[in-house]
Amino acid sequence: MQHLLEVKDLQTTFFTPSGEVKAVGGISFNLDKGKVLGIVGESGSGKSVTAYSILQILTHPGRIVGGSVKFHGKELIGIPEDEMRKVRGNQISIIFQDPMTSLNPVYTIGNQLMEAIILHTNRNHEQAKERAIEMLRLVGINEPEKRIHQYAYELSGGMRQRVMIAMALACEPDILIADEPTTALDVTIQAQILELMIDLQKKLGMAIIMITHDLGVIANMCDEVVVMYAGRICERGTAPEIFYRPRHEYTRGLLRSIPNIENDDKTRLIPIAGTPVDLLNLPKGCPFAPRCERAMKVCLSEFPAEYWVAQDHIASCWVNVLENIGAPLEALGGQDAAKGIKTGGEEAAQ
Amino acid sequence: MSETKAFQPDPQYLVQVRGLKEYFPISTGFTQTTMLKAVDDVSFDIKKGETLGLVGESGCGKTTVGRTMLHLYKPTAGEIWFGGKKIEKGPVMTEFRKKAQLVFQDPYSSLNPRMTVGDIIAEPIDVHKLCANKKERSERIQALLTMVGLSSEHATRYAHEFSGGQRQRIGIARALASNPAFIVCDEPVSALDVSIQAQVLNMLEDLQKQLGLTYLFIAHDLSVVKHISDRIAVMYLGRMVELASSNELHHNPLHPYTISLLSAIPAPDPDKAKQQKRIVLKGDIPSPLHAPSGCPFRTRCSRCTAICAQVNPEFLEVSPKHFVACHNL
Repeated sequence: MQHLLEVKDLQTTFFTPSGEVKAVGGISFNLDKGKVLGIVGESGSGKSVTAYSILQILTHPGRIVGGSVKFHGKELIGIPEDEMRKVRGNQISIIFQDPMTSLNPVYTIGNQLMEAIILHTNRNHEQAKERAIEMLRLVGINEPEKRIHQYAYELSGGMRQRVMIAMALACEPDILIADEPTTALDVTIQAQILELMIDLQKKLGMAIIMITHDLGVIANMCDEVVVMYAGRICERGTAPEIFYRPRHEYTRGLLRSIPNIENDDKTRLIPIAGTPVDLLNLPKGCPFAPRCERAMKVCLSEFPAEYWVAQDHIASCWVNVLENIGAPLEALGGQDAAKGIKTGGEEAAQ
Repeated sequence: MSETKAFQPDPQYLVQVRGLKEYFPISTGFTQTTMLKAVDDVSFDIKKGETLGLVGESGCGKTTVGRTMLHLYKPTAGEIWFGGKKIEKGPVMTEFRKKAQLVFQDPYSSLNPRMTVGDIIAEPIDVHKLCANKKERSERIQALLTMVGLSSEHATRYAHEFSGGQRQRIGIARALASNPAFIVCDEPVSALDVSIQAQVLNMLEDLQKQLGLTYLFIAHDLSVVKHISDRIAVMYLGRMVELASSNELHHNPLHPYTISLLSAIPAPDPDKAKQQKRIVLKGDIPSPLHAPSGCPFRTRCSRCTAICAQVNPEFLEVSPKHFVACHNL
């Protein structure tokens, strides 16, 4: 089956004066039509760089150094810039984290909305304006006829993020990448924006890549989850698999370390020991090994391969291999073989 | 204001705040100034050894409450009582400055990049002349560094050499330097990653037990506040709308704003998320410069009636130790 987006062994490196930073160190995942994929990880784990690499909007000194990104079966890496431009903003579009700085302060929001529409469709100025108003109405902005003549500074944070969403959806993309769309917003406004995104996703049927560090947002929005640490994927799978049967120590640690609001007796949080890894001096083996409670000798010297640990659940952790859980990704009947696997790890679900 | 004059401090409370107001003049024209009511008539008490959580969205005045309480801003009106004494100019203030400290939100901009970590931590010691000689001072720095889980050789390094979590530890060590009794933690973990956040929260709890500290914990993340606080106060547009013990507030929220705030938190659990009924508030937070008349929440409230536009509801104790400001409970 052909996936809508197929990322394979993607590698992106920043060539900084102090050394090479492997921001994304060979990751693979697929996205199907109409699905919501969440990428979760801490700052510096490479989740935004993954998004920028898919769209090829990396800034100097970052460069994609290997791997492939296939969209509708067509390779995107290495195609000429003018072809990429037809994809970007048209078929794959992005919402940035900070709605305050990603809108141009000297153009009206109508002007910025129409720019994308005129660039990617055959509409003339009048039709583009109509489309812009229609889009603003779709994202729940009142009096859109008035709003298109306003500037970004006249709108609140939540309104600006709605404008960003309208802009990203104006050309009816197949994939919408949302890079921390609600991090800069308050909880009640975040609830509004998430509701809007779920609504629009159902209405328009696009696929969404949701990048966030908030496990709550992931649980609310996503069908599938990718957990990243230090530019690598720890594990990926369906949301219930990742939340209830995590098979990587990092995911378990993350789930344990967030305070649970349902908890009335004040149980102590269990933090992940140590500090995030320095990307300039990545350890040789698994990047999480220095902080991992169950780290073994092999973890320090070799990076664990991806293993099917259940159907629809892939993890990269030596503990699974050692405990004979799962089947190698490349093995014959990998996913089917994974069907018979007994799933453990329920203890971390709470 | 006969009531405030008759105010007698209650010895079981370390901090008591009565009718605190903080207005900022904002120029709104060539000759015009409008008063921005950042904090408008807020009263509360904090027991010794207790943690009071203060939540609200951006612009609700929670940081201003923390800073005005510490007299970093001069209060427009209201009284702050600390350990049975009213805080005013003079020797009481000097003592108060020593006993009440602040941990800042942003661990990047709150540490001087030109000072060594040792000097940053020792600044309160130097200001209040708490150490007699250099040896004593450096011993104190070492002790403070160990207390927050850093090692003593870190004293000679500069802030930029540390990660966000470590910087926040430095900020906490600085706050502890003058042996305070009360610390205002202004969003101490919101700039940190989840895995580091848990480390810092645990450390704050340990320090509280060890040193008998009292915290005012300001944050926008309700699950973090619920975890660390004994009681929680909810603010909206410069006013306190609800105050109750943290479990009571979670299970039995009474103010419509608290109810929607609680329902807006996305549960980190896919099954629960599906069942979760969100009450999505309409509209944005009004500008505090043009706050609505009467109850500040009425423009977004589902229970709004005619009286809400006219009279600001009083902050009343509706059940034991549960205060709410709402006309339509």
